[in-house]
Amino acid sequence: MAKPVGILRFLGTNCDRDVWQAVEAMGLTPQWLWYEDQFAVKDYQGFIVPGGFSYGDYLRCGALAAKAPVMKSLGEAAAAGYPVLGICNGFQILCETKLLPGALVRNESRRFIDKWVDLNLVNPTRWTSRSQGAVHLRLPIAHGEGRFVMEEAELARLFDNEQVWWTYGDNPNGSMRDVAGVANEMKNVCALMPHPERAMFDWMGSEDGRAIFSALLQ
Amino acid sequence: MKIGVKILPKTEVLDSQGRAVEGTLKNHGKAVNQCRVGKYVQLDIGETDESKALGKAKEIAEFVLYNPLIETYELEVVKK
Repeated sequence: MAKPVGILRFLGTNCDRDVWQAVEAMGLTPQWLWYEDQFAVKDYQGFIVPGGFSYGDYLRCGALAAKAPVMKSLGEAAAAGYPVLGICNGFQILCETKLLPGALVRNESRRFIDKWVDLNLVNPTRWTSRSQGAVHLRLPIAHGEGRFVMEEAELARLFDNEQVWWTYGDNPNGSMRDVAGVANEMKNVCALMPHPERAMFDWMGSEDGRAIFSALLQ
Repeated sequence: MKIGVKILPKTEVLDSQGRAVEGTLKNHGKAVNQCRVGKYVQLDIGETDESKALGKAKEIAEFVLYNPLIETYELEVVKK
């Protein structure tokens, strides 16, 4: 039997069940990973850090979750090359853990933004499905602090290193150079602000989210 | 001994909260050149020696209280 996909849960995570269903919809087996626990990385085929408001966004989005025990194991998984995906708050957590570069700060408009956005693939990663060949996706965003920032020179290096995964077609939040998703140097740890788990079936408005999760099937 | 940690967004990072406060001040005839909004964390450290207390506070600030990519911090000894 195929190994399960670990889904991390912190106090305040609220997209965990949607991610669970998305993983199931792809024919994969999800399994919860509680924030207080550590795990044996070899028992899983990949990991997802879902969105929400871990620790109520206290101090900085993702800052406290980044110090939770489960992140120690996730760091081992990342170093060993396992696929790790962060979505929204999961992206913020992975940046705070320094598994991914950059930081996410309040939207330029100062508003919480909840809408559909168009995304363009910049570089393929471990989380880009080869079978679907999707270079444009339509996915929903829902965040107040999704503006990606880092030093200009560092960002230029990120583009040169092919670590920029997705950019927005029409930048909703003021992210530098329209960045919507990035990857680590090994390309196995990736994250994006939009929510692929909210776009799994036509009746949800789009099934483009499958292009992300199906990367686990190859 | 209590140590205060003052955290401010870096000058090159657009400070949305500061900008919002700035706008309201301006609308009420109290315009300022600039307003930046950060946060203040007070740590009651079980140390009586000032330099030891500051050392611990520095370690804590750098562990989790501020993110060097987007913020700066300063420590101060809180006088009673």
